[in-house]
Amino acid sequence: MSIKKVTQHPTQNEGLIFERSQGGRVGYRLPKLDVPITEDILPAELRRDDDLEGVPEVSEVDVVRHFTRISTWNYSIDLGMYPLGSCTMKYNSRLNEKTARIGGFANLHPLAPEEESQGALELIYKLQEDLCEITGLPGISLQPAAGAQGEMTGVMLIRAFLDHRDGEASKDRRVMLIPESAHGTNPASAAMSGFKVKTIRATADGLTDMAHLRELCSEGGVAGLMLTNPNTCGIFETDIKEICETIHAAGGLVYMDGANMNALVGIARPGDMGVDVIHLNLHKTFSTPHGGGGPGCGPCLCSADLAPFLPTPKIEKDGERYHLNYDYPGSIGRVKAFYGNFGMMVRALSYIYTHGNDGLKEATEVAVLNARYVSNALKEAYDKPFESDCMHEAIFSHKNQSKKGVVTLDIAKRLIDYGFHPMTVYFPLVVEGAMLIEPTESVGRADLDAFIEAMIDIDREAQEDPQLVINAPHSTRIGRLDEATAARKPVLRWKPDMETLSTAA
Amino acid sequence: MRYIPNSPEERADMLGLLGLSNAGELFRSIPNDVQLNRPLNVTDPMAENEVIAAMEAMAAKNTAATKPSFLGAGVYSHFSPTIVDHLIQRSEFFTSYTPYQPEISQGTLQYIFEFQTLVCQLTGMEVANASMYDGSTAMAEAYLMAQRVTRREKVIVAKSVHPEYREVATTYDQHGDSEIVEIDFDEATGRVVGLDALDDRTAALVVQSPNFFGCIEDLQSLADAAHAVGALFIVVVTEAISFGLLKPPGEFGADIVVGEGQSWGVPMSFGGPHLGLFATQDKFIRQMPGRLCGVAYDKNGNRGFVLTLSTREQHIRREKATSNICTNQGLIALAATIYMETMGKTGLQEVAEQNAQKAGYAKQQIAAVAGYSIPFSSPTFNEFVVRGPRPALEVLEKVRIENGIVGGLALSKYYGGHDNDILVCVTETMSKANIDAFVDAL
Repeated sequence: MSIKKVTQHPTQNEGLIFERSQGGRVGYRLPKLDVPITEDILPAELRRDDDLEGVPEVSEVDVVRHFTRISTWNYSIDLGMYPLGSCTMKYNSRLNEKTARIGGFANLHPLAPEEESQGALELIYKLQEDLCEITGLPGISLQPAAGAQGEMTGVMLIRAFLDHRDGEASKDRRVMLIPESAHGTNPASAAMSGFKVKTIRATADGLTDMAHLRELCSEGGVAGLMLTNPNTCGIFETDIKEICETIHAAGGLVYMDGANMNALVGIARPGDMGVDVIHLNLHKTFSTPHGGGGPGCGPCLCSADLAPFLPTPKIEKDGERYHLNYDYPGSIGRVKAFYGNFGMMVRALSYIYTHGNDGLKEATEVAVLNARYVSNALKEAYDKPFESDCMHEAIFSHKNQSKKGVVTLDIAKRLIDYGFHPMTVYFPLVVEGAMLIEPTESVGRADLDAFIEAMIDIDREAQEDPQLVINAPHSTRIGRLDEATAARKPVLRWKPDMETLSTAA
Repeated sequence: MRYIPNSPEERADMLGLLGLSNAGELFRSIPNDVQLNRPLNVTDPMAENEVIAAMEAMAAKNTAATKPSFLGAGVYSHFSPTIVDHLIQRSEFFTSYTPYQPEISQGTLQYIFEFQTLVCQLTGMEVANASMYDGSTAMAEAYLMAQRVTRREKVIVAKSVHPEYREVATTYDQHGDSEIVEIDFDEATGRVVGLDALDDRTAALVVQSPNFFGCIEDLQSLADAAHAVGALFIVVVTEAISFGLLKPPGEFGADIVVGEGQSWGVPMSFGGPHLGLFATQDKFIRQMPGRLCGVAYDKNGNRGFVLTLSTREQHIRREKATSNICTNQGLIALAATIYMETMGKTGLQEVAEQNAQKAGYAKQQIAAVAGYSIPFSSPTFNEFVVRGPRPALEVLEKVRIENGIVGGLALSKYYGGHDNDILVCVTETMSKANIDAFVDAL
């Protein structure tokens, strides 16, 4: 079916703000300056003399229309199912937005006197306690700004611990074992901390290959293991205790990537599995909004042995008073100015309060149930690469469709036409043409059924009319973009001579 | 649980379809000895009004949030137009993910492109990324980038750069063969000295301007000194409002400009989330960390935007990536973009001018108080150091308790031997009456 588009529709043709700019328009008013003016407040040679060339001049109405229009070109969780595997796109409560904006939080300066910031420190402390309980690990820093930074912090803790334990000999222990299915941030963070990466193979069931793990351990020099659990195929590493014991016996430590904690909260705790250090993504498991790619918050939690090395300051309680403790001489140092993304902490604690003990577990159960339901419903139409039951995300490959020339990317793009955000594609790398589907607990059965039906329809289309899928999406404002040319001749900023919205009629 | 759509009946039905009799059976792959098998020791579920009450009770203890404050030091209180916070709360912005599917993410991609453009315009640089976590981590990444570009290991950083930024960069850079050398400031001018540390092993000279003491550095001579030994010149800016008035680092030949964009419409929020700025020259694009958004066309010639040059990044390059960074500060970059566009050319200039004028007035008034002086002679923007007759902590305590004013930062928190010095910041949010009350209280 083809829909005749009205090509000049204003909401579909909003240009760049720079293209809207008209000299003399203003969108603000400041109170009149109420101090006596000093003419030469700044030496002339330090003053800017370009009159902020190119910065737009627009009215408040222009700005509101501009952003409202372009916002409608985005898909969002509030619009529907957003089944990005490994990203945990769950409902972002408005209540949490409200609490983060309470004046006493939003308007508080991080260097305000401790005695006048007790509420903020209390909030951090309470969130720390809850996250320690949820993970079963006693040490914590909420300073890391995002998952990748929490992970880097975790790896640095391992390094600091080994340096402290082994002294000079620590330099011979620089191998970080990482499964081939891991997030790309894992090896990148390990490299930033001075580790060499060795890759562990997966078994045909998508699990860590224990024989290979032992072999790598026997080669010596193992500082640690970076493991996601459930792993990035959505499968729980059943041998987790043995994995941890093997690494510990080899003198190393176990870091767990907490990206998939949404499958475990209230059910099982990394600390009880033998994990030494973990990061969490408050923007995944604890539903702080992803915001189009940030901000996140990536707390790092660890065992008592690693706790002396956590970033400072630590937020501690002394009697009834909360305080910042800088006195940890073994600390790896700061990873971020101040105390972390506090605004995200307010939201996460609001999430925990709203769910409570029962609700947290209930969310985990439904997240896993929803994924298992999808996994089961699509296993005929799509190739399911592993026999194992999935946890909170279901994995498939394009094997059944690629024979017709339809690959994962095409299936993803066609899903857009059915009103869904695509799943995560081509990740993890261990499955060719991977499609990783994480519905989360925020989707009801009717929507799950609609998604399943769409996927089955797309499979049928792939078999009967592959071009329809290959050329998708058909319903969006713009089609697939030429990313290769964009990278070859990068245009990364507006300039006055830039081509405007459309070069074709 | 009201956030979970499926009713208990629907769940039971779904479990039945999977051949399971209860939710516990979903977790059979988790060995029983690592299952928790008890309720979490966290609160019972709370109703909406109970959550709000609990949060408000904590917020109320942050008494500093409602007092007139002269704190700056990298985080600034500024006016933000109402529409900034309204627009970022549109579902389409705050509940979307990283724009990996450009066909349904053009809203996000377009504002990132506008953000990158505005950062270039304000810093005077050629290219800017989609943002970093904050100013401190942006600076740390700049060290690493300079080391990659020059293939040298030594970084020379001024002690007048924000102390917490320097701590973060040291943490990031502790595991290579890096050498970090800190150089002093002149006790009379407050500006950088000690450039004789520059040599042919130096990857970068890193300075902040206005520096931590509020002093505006002589960027031209510093740039020339760095370039004379083949080092990159990195300029840190923690007060983004200053771009509206001060000649930008790009005009002095900065190779990398990093900074903090919190001043552009973002609440202080006890230190985060804030906004890391990262800008450089075109020739260094492929060594940049972080996301970049660029123009692309579809087959009908329609203009759109995509994330591009991702072969630098961790999801492709893994351990050989330019950084482990995965996110940017999406929504915060949006707030900053809306702020800059709403204020526009004249607003950014006017707010900068007001900051300079108000701070200038406060500086004059305080200098006239008996026993007080301005120790550093360099020109300043909206922050400056005052030296008092008594220990700064004592003065600030008195002003806080007796006058209800948060009077600035005791420099001794970060700098030994400066016990009587207070770092004072005056933005457009402080009225003349606020300033006069503070001066009277000293």
